[in-house]
Amino acid sequence: MRRLLKWIDDRTGLEKVIRSALFNEIPGGAKWRHTWGSILLFMFAVQAITGMALWMSYSPSTRSAWESVYYIQHVMQLGWLVRGIHYYAAEAMVVLVLLHVIQKIWFKGYRKPRELMFWIAMAMALVVIGFSLTGYLLPWDQQGYWSAKVRTHIMSLSPVFGTYLERLTIGGEHFGHHTLTRFFALHAGVLPVVFSGLLLARMMLVRRYRKQAFEETAKTEVNVSSFWPGQALKNAIACLAVMGLVMLMTLKPQWFGFTHIGMGAPLAAPADPTDLYAAARPEWYFLFLFQFLKYFPGEKEVLGAIFIPSLILGYFVIMPWVAKVRIGHYFNILVSIGLLTGAFWLTYSAKMEDATNANYIAAGEQAHEKAQRAVELASGPTGIPEQGALHLLHHDPKTLGPILFAAHCSSCHRFDGHDGTGKVPLDTSSAPDLKGFASRAWLTDLLKPEHIATKRYFGETAFRNGDMVRFVNKKVSQFDKEEKVALERAIKALSAEAGLSRQAKVEEAEADLIVLGKEDLGYELGCSDCHAFHFEDDDADGPDLTGYGSREWMKSFISDPGQKRFYGENNDRMPSFLTEGILTPTEIGLLVDWLRQDWYEPLPK
Amino acid sequence: MVLLVSLAHMIKKPQPSTSPDRRGFMRGVLTMIAGGFALLGPLLGGLALLLDPLRRNRNETSGAFIMVARLASLPANGIPMKFDILSNRKDAWNHYSNVPVGSIYLRRTKNEHLAAFNIICPHAGCFVQIDSQKPQFNCPCHESQFHFDGTKANPNNPSPRGMDPLQVEIRNGDEIWVQYQSFKTGISERIPTS
Ligand code: FES
Repeated sequence: MRRLLKWIDDRTGLEKVIRSALFNEIPGGAKWRHTWGSILLFMFAVQAITGMALWMSYSPSTRSAWESVYYIQHVMQLGWLVRGIHYYAAEAMVVLVLLHVIQKIWFKGYRKPRELMFWIAMAMALVVIGFSLTGYLLPWDQQGYWSAKVRTHIMSLSPVFGTYLERLTIGGEHFGHHTLTRFFALHAGVLPVVFSGLLLARMMLVRRYRKQAFEETAKTEVNVSSFWPGQALKNAIACLAVMGLVMLMTLKPQWFGFTHIGMGAPLAAPADPTDLYAAARPEWYFLFLFQFLKYFPGEKEVLGAIFIPSLILGYFVIMPWVAKVRIGHYFNILVSIGLLTGAFWLTYSAKMEDATNANYIAAGEQAHEKAQRAVELASGPTGIPEQGALHLLHHDPKTLGPILFAAHCSSCHRFDGHDGTGKVPLDTSSAPDLKGFASRAWLTDLLKPEHIATKRYFGETAFRNGDMVRFVNKKVSQFDKEEKVALERAIKALSAEAGLSRQAKVEEAEADLIVLGKEDLGYELGCSDCHAFHFEDDDADGPDLTGYGSREWMKSFISDPGQKRFYGENNDRMPSFLTEGILTPTEIGLLVDWLRQDWYEPLPK
Repeated sequence: MVLLVSLAHMIKKPQPSTSPDRRGFMRGVLTMIAGGFALLGPLLGGLALLLDPLRRNRNETSGAFIMVARLASLPANGIPMKFDILSNRKDAWNHYSNVPVGSIYLRRTKNEHLAAFNIICPHAGCFVQIDSQKPQFNCPCHESQFHFDGTKANPNNPSPRGMDPLQVEIRNGDEIWVQYQSFKTGISERIPTS
C-alpha cells in the first residue's frame, strides 16, 4: 500500500496538494460561518449523483418524457426516493444560495478585495434558479409545461431580441421535442459545467484570501487551526443537517407547506397543450414575482417582468462599490431588507388571494384527480401505448365523459343535477337526468307516477303528455299486488338488457327472476303495445327495448334518435349527434361508456 | 485578437524588457490564429445548429379558414362553447395530422349572431375559461376577466386588450368555418403570429 501511494505521489505530487488542502491554515479557527463552501459543494454532488441516476432512465421527448418519469416514480426501484431527493434538494439549494448572498451582504463579505466572491455568490444564485427553471419542465407534466409557457412568454417581452430569444429557447415556434431537448441540455450539460466553474473559482479565491489574512494576522492571532479536522468536522455536520432536512422533505413534504401529499416529488398529469392547467402557479420562490406582475397590467407588464428585476439585479452587482461610500453598507442592508420584506409580503398576498379563489381551488382539485387518473391508467392492464400517456387520458371515459356531457348534453340533460363536471348550469334542464340511466333504480323511479312527469324524467319534454306518462299515471298507479311484483321483475329484466357491469353480480344471482321478467315485459304488462322487445313489431312507436341501455343501443340512439327503432318522428329536440356531425363515433362511445360507468378502475389494494 | 496576444505577451514576460520581442509577438499571433482556426469548425457548426430554430418555417395553418363545427352543436343561448381547432402540425421530426393545434370559443346569441374568439389570453398566453360563478370569461393565470362579447370586463386586469376575435363564416348551410390565428401576447396591438 505504502509503495503504491509513493508510486503515485512520485508521478503526481498529489500528497503535497492534499496536505495543503487539509492543513490549510484558517485564521480565527473553525467556524460554522466557513461551512458554506462545502455545503454548496455537497449539495451540488447530491444533485449530480441523483441527477445522473435519473438521467439513466429519462427520455426527453414529448411522447416519452412524462412516461419515463412516471416509470421512475412508480415502477422503478426506489425511483421515487431518488427523484424526491433531487426535487427537494433543488428547493433547498435555492434557499441556500439566497442565504449565501444575504450573508455576504450582511457581514460585508463584498468589501475589498472580496468583490469577486460576492459576484460569484450572485452568479451561483442565478445558476441555481436556472437549474430549477429548466428542470421543472423535464417531466413534461401539466405543471411544468404551463409554467414554462408563461416564462417563455415573459422572455419574449424583453426588448429587441425578445421573440428570437423565445424561439431559441423553445427550439421553434411551438413547444415540442426541441423544447425538451434544449431544456435538458441546459439542465444536465451547460449549467452543471458553469456551476462547477463557479465552485472552483470560489474555492481558489477562498484559499487565497485565507492565505493573505493568515500572513497579516499570524503575528497577533493565536487561534489558528488547520482545516483538518476541526473545520472538516463542522462541514460534515452542516452537510448532514442539510441532507437530513432534504430527506425529511422527501418523506413528509406536507410538513413543509408543500401541497403535495405523499412521499417523493409531485407529478402532475401529462402535458396537454389543449387543456390549460388552471392550477398553474410558479414555485413558491417565484410567487412574489407572479404577484408583483399583477400590478403591471397590459403593456406595463414589461416593466414589472423585465426592467425592474434587471434594475434590482444591476444594483446588487454594484453593491460592493456602494459600500465604499460612508453609509453605503448600511444602505445596502436597508435595500436588501426592503426587498426581502416586499417579497415576503407579495408571497403572502399571493397565497391569501389563492386561498379564497374558488376557480383556483376547484382547478387544483381537478388537476389532482387528473394526475391520479393518469397514473392509474398508465399502471393499468394496457400500459402506456406508443402514442404516449396523453392518449390514455384522451380515450378514458371517466376523464372525457363529463367534459363531453357538459359540452354537448348539459344544455338539456343533467347528470345527478349537474352538468357532469359538477357545475350546475345557469338555465334549468329540459330533458331527463341521466345519472344511472337504465339501471334498476333509474327505471323504478321512471315508472312511478310521482316521478315520471317531473323534470328528472319527462316533465319538460314533449313526452310530458305522451303515451308513456299516461300509461304510468293511469295504468301503473292502478296495478294490483301481483302486477306490482310483475313490474318489479320486468324492471329487472329490462335493466338486464343494458348489461351494466355494476349490476352484473345481482343479475347473475337473479337470473331466474329475469327470465320471468322478460315474459312480464313482453306479454303481461302491456309494454309491448308500444315497444318492441325481442321481436319485430312494425306498429310499435315507442323505442325498441331490445338491448335497451346496452352500449350498442345507446350509441345508436345518440347517433340518431330519429331512427324508426327509437323515437322515429316523435323525436323531441334531441340532435342526431353522429349524422349531424356534432360528435365522432369515438366521442359517442366515450360518452356512452361514461354514462354506463364502464371504465377501467384499479382493484383496491 | 492582437489585444489578446499582447496580453498573453505581457503575462508571459514578467521581467521588464526594454525592446518588444518582435519574434515572440509574431509567434503569439500565429498561435492565436492556429488555435482559432482549429476551433472554428466546431464553434461555427455548433452555433449554426443552436440557431436553427430561427429559420424553421412558420406554422402552415396560420390564417386559413378551418371548419370547426356544425351549427347544430352550438345552442343559440349566448353561452360560449369551446371547440378545438384540428389541423396538421409538425414537431421537429414528427408530423401529426388532424391534431388539436388550438382552441376557440364560439358563441351564438339568441338573435343568431355568431362570434369566435381565440382561447389564448392576450396577457401571457394562458387559456381563458368560463367562470364558474358569473357569466363571463376568466383567465386562471392572473385573473383577467372578459365579457362574453370578448371585451375586457375590468380595466385594471392584466390583459392589455380584449380577447382576440376571429373571422367566422357559415358555409354550406350549417358548417361553421373560422379563420384561425394567434396574436402576439402582452401588447395592446393585435399582431398575428402563427
Ligand atoms: S395569462 Fe391571462 S391573465 Fe395572465
